[in-house]
Amino acid sequence: MSANADSLAVSWIRRVGGMSLFLAQICARIVPSFSRPGLIVRQIYNAGARSLVIVMLSGLFVGMVLGLLGFDTLQRFGSEDSLGVLAALGMLKVLGPVLTALLFAGRAGTSLTSEIGLMKSTDQLTAMQMMAVDPLRHVIAPRFLGGIIAMPLLAATFSVIGLFGAQLIGVQQMGVDVGAFWSQTQNAVDLHDVNEGIVKSLVFGVACSLIAVYEGYHSEPTPEGVGLATTRTVVTSSVMVLLLNYLLTAAFLTKT
Amino acid sequence: MTESDAVIEARDVHYSIGGRKIFDGLDITARRGRITAFMGPSGTGKTTLLRLITGQSTPESGSVKAWGQEVARMSSRELFALRRRMGMLFQNGALLTDEDVYENVAFPLRAHTKLPESLVRQLVLTKLHAVGLRGAARLMPSELSGGMARRVALARAIVMDPELLIYDEPFVGLDPISMGVICRLIKQLNDALGITSIVVSHDVHELSTIADDSFLLSGGKVVAKGTPAELHQSDLAEVKQFMGGLADGPVPFHYPAPDYAKDLLEGQP
Repeated sequence: MSANADSLAVSWIRRVGGMSLFLAQICARIVPSFSRPGLIVRQIYNAGARSLVIVMLSGLFVGMVLGLLGFDTLQRFGSEDSLGVLAALGMLKVLGPVLTALLFAGRAGTSLTSEIGLMKSTDQLTAMQMMAVDPLRHVIAPRFLGGIIAMPLLAATFSVIGLFGAQLIGVQQMGVDVGAFWSQTQNAVDLHDVNEGIVKSLVFGVACSLIAVYEGYHSEPTPEGVGLATTRTVVTSSVMVLLLNYLLTAAFLTKT
Repeated sequence: MTESDAVIEARDVHYSIGGRKIFDGLDITARRGRITAFMGPSGTGKTTLLRLITGQSTPESGSVKAWGQEVARMSSRELFALRRRMGMLFQNGALLTDEDVYENVAFPLRAHTKLPESLVRQLVLTKLHAVGLRGAARLMPSELSGGMARRVALARAIVMDPELLIYDEPFVGLDPISMGVICRLIKQLNDALGITSIVVSHDVHELSTIADDSFLLSGGKVVAKGTPAELHQSDLAEVKQFMGGLADGPVPFHYPAPDYAKDLLEGQP
């Protein structure tokens, strides 16, 4: 049991070490990869624009649920006019970044891992090396950057649509005053809250994109290997997002 | 043969994977302007040999030289410079699946040069015409047959005008027509462009028609070398089995197993 736990710990430490080294290798290639901006734009489209529908739909439904439950809870204390504050802070600080990151890991992360894994298993990465082209610069760095740029934009979209969903339920259905909804939101939400959302979604973007490209690049070049790597991407990304969310939330609370 | 004739030279190479000996004192030479064939049964390390030549792996001992330079001692910058002098055709073509045929062939040009688009277009179309696929320029790799994909990969391999072309199992899984086309292209490109070619394959018949020099690998060593005709006339048991396609010989038909009768009777009441 103890030996098992030890080997599990060692394999985790090794993986974290491997990922850190991989991140350093990618960072060294980020500036050179800007020489072909078309590659990065294409990856922003793949990771961002293609995830837009699922993110918007999820944001709307989550916002609507927040509107329903928030109204139900707040009216017990007679403060249903604060629904906007609850929805805006909830969306900006937690739900927007976290849920978008989880959706991002499932939609864009898996597609990145399987794409890179398939490129590896069909010798495309080796062929690049044989053409004296560095695959880390041409394949990995643009995909990593595309993910990092797309993630905060998706999280912002999620939060905006979510707030709209909460307003739809709270104001249109439950009868909260529209003026109170927005003016209280405007008063309560400051730049610090917006920054927290931006920082969180950026950090989650780095984590999810790094895990996705790392797993793809280091997958076994077989169909089973690519399948396993894809699964690992979702599991590791989800756990990392939730763990990082706790650490960042704690860090932002101590700062204030 | 003079020293300067040798483009690729491997001497006393030892290499093993996962404790299994792949090469045990391998000696080979590929000479300038000639088509050199490396043949051998599956699992003799033909593809591994290409990895050593291109610097993707390093031998445990011995030397592998390309144009007189030790490959294993090269820095990654030197290795990339070396690879720009080489073109390689992979077993499955290894085309970039998210780019069309035209962009696949243009890929090395865009990565290494700043040529204007008009010149890139001319070069790409010239190379595609040479392999007979100018009309397929806008098709995606998924729309190509196996033979066509390999011809596109060949156009991509020659687009930077390499001095050495390496073919890894170029005939695997092709119909007779495609096989004939690839065979003719290897010969034509070698003669017309004055390059050196290395072909790794186990298709004895096809190789015999195009190879200038042949090496037969078995058990981690070169068991025979010479022209294909000389190999055909060899009296060595390994060579006879391979060239004649005999089911049993030094490479046994049966995987090592306990006694047949004993095995069958085991577990009987």
